[in-house]
Amino acid sequence: MATDVTTAAGRGTVRRLAGSLHRRPRLRLTLLLTAPLLWLAVLYLGSLAVLFVSAFWTTNSFTSQVVKVWSTDNFHELFTTPVFRQVILRSVGVALAVTVLCAVIAFPVAFYTARVARPRWRPLLVVAILTPLWASYLVKVYAWRLILSEGGLADWMLAPFGLSGPGFGLPATVLTLTYLWLPYMILPIHTALEQLPANLLDASADLGARAGRTFRSVVLPMVLPSVAAGSVFTFSLSLGDYITVQIVGGKTQLIGNLVYSNIELNLPMAAALGTVPVVVIVLYLLAIRRTGALNSL
Amino acid sequence: MEGIAIRLQNLRKSFGETTAVAGVDLEIRDGEFFSMLGPSGSGKTTVLRLLAGFETPDQGRIELAGQEVTGLAPFERDVHTVFQDYALFPHMTVEQNVAYGLKVRKVPKAERLVRARKALAEVRLEGYGQRRPAQLSGGQRQRVALARALVGRPRVLLLDEPLGALDLKLREQMQVELKAIQREVGITFVFVTHDQEEALTMSDRIAVFDQGRIAQVGTPAEIYERPATPFVASFVGTSNLLDGEVAHRIVGAPGTYNIRPEKIRVLKESAEADEPEHATATGTVAEVVYLGDATRFLVDLDGGGRLTALQQNLETSSEDVAAYRGTRVRLTWHRRHAVRLPS
Repeated sequence: MATDVTTAAGRGTVRRLAGSLHRRPRLRLTLLLTAPLLWLAVLYLGSLAVLFVSAFWTTNSFTSQVVKVWSTDNFHELFTTPVFRQVILRSVGVALAVTVLCAVIAFPVAFYTARVARPRWRPLLVVAILTPLWASYLVKVYAWRLILSEGGLADWMLAPFGLSGPGFGLPATVLTLTYLWLPYMILPIHTALEQLPANLLDASADLGARAGRTFRSVVLPMVLPSVAAGSVFTFSLSLGDYITVQIVGGKTQLIGNLVYSNIELNLPMAAALGTVPVVVIVLYLLAIRRTGALNSL
Repeated sequence: MEGIAIRLQNLRKSFGETTAVAGVDLEIRDGEFFSMLGPSGSGKTTVLRLLAGFETPDQGRIELAGQEVTGLAPFERDVHTVFQDYALFPHMTVEQNVAYGLKVRKVPKAERLVRARKALAEVRLEGYGQRRPAQLSGGQRQRVALARALVGRPRVLLLDEPLGALDLKLREQMQVELKAIQREVGITFVFVTHDQEEALTMSDRIAVFDQGRIAQVGTPAEIYERPATPFVASFVGTSNLLDGEVAHRIVGAPGTYNIRPEKIRVLKESAEADEPEHATATGTVAEVVYLGDATRFLVDLDGGGRLTALQQNLETSSEDVAAYRGTRVRLTWHRRHAVRLPS
């Protein structure tokens, strides 16, 4: 009997609390958002701010000690030193190449999984596309190292045609990154194609359009925002990568490698290098916002 | 002599185990407003999709203006469709939607614009050309779909329950407009609907579909006054179906008969059936349903059986009609309104 009373009273307290929270939407919102907002502000925006600020510092060239003096020397060096310029352009080029390759490969795959395959197979196919994401990044990249190594699978398969694999280097990097990020491109396109109403295709044919015209005028424009959404992933993931290129890239250097090699000796320079991909991606997002892609993320 | 716009011969189509269309023969004349009426699953929409070319028949033949089109793709047929949910292209403006068919057929841009604007004017949507479909109301989208299908002046326009998604008022208004537009442009309209009232008000002729077959083809009056089967009688309008012993007693001859409720007059029991061509029956009012403009009486007849009678509320009101419940009445109707159905 006594226990009954206490639980009833306990329930009453919870109910009263819930009730008073219900009547105070602002308090409710504050309680809900404080922790995640702190996380976002301190850990994420805070570290970004530190990155930006330290990019304007310099180092003592003898001791490698950071000197907290405001200067734009790092950025000046970044844009005037040919090596840096080359590496930046190469990195952006790799990211763009990976994005284009992913889009070109993903579209037919997504078209098959979303519209051609039997409806009951579709979820299974999506799972199959996702399974590589469950495997470790390093395992996959080392697998590609084996495939592309001299006398490896690529060489063996191309040998009958009198060709050899690309070996390690820039093409191998692009290839491996394309493999790694492909699922991020397939998924949004698959979703968009799956949601494309069938009667829009009927309507297009009904008005006299053949398949090619329907694809260009109806399917492509309606799916394009999702391609752009997928490209946000492929582009930014490629731009930030520095491990793949170390494993299959041979002597190729990307921005990430320069950041990595500068971090000990010249931290402000590494920070300046680090701001480059951030700026590039912000520019990329601004360009892409016009397609409406960010609404379909 | 009018030409034949569409001729269907022994058309059959199954989806897996289900037979959607089980042998349909039909001729639709040039310039006709033709309705295909039936409950859902009766095959009317499948026939429409076969006409448009979205499906190919398992068997049978489709002719369009004397030319066989059975195996042709949708884009090879001079037929346009207005879809149930409009199927407007969301990424195009209203004008681009309407001009799409012309663009595909490589009509020069200037002419395209002129014709698209003219088509929009026909459906009374001038000035809406630059909007997106998402910015329009249901009724406006409906008209854009109509303009898009009409702008290419097809031989036949197919309409798949185009008014289904509209509310009642808008729907009645669109019924009148659709009929007016059809008369204006003179194109054959094939109109699919499950709403018998819609079919009756708009059509020149109606085909009533029942389980993949056509139960009856005729003018609205023919369908309503002389239904060919019990199904047609009960699906189109309300009806009193009489058969067996009840029919024999009331009509005086064996067979299946139908009497429309509005043909039956409700009189006091003491009233004499004055005219010889009138039949009569007495009974007790079991239920009174007040409909505002009319009242429906459900009367249990003395010898068994039940008739529904519909009376205009010329002088009575809701208070008066309620008093009829449980009273004795005499029902009377003209003998020719007991329509015999072929068994």
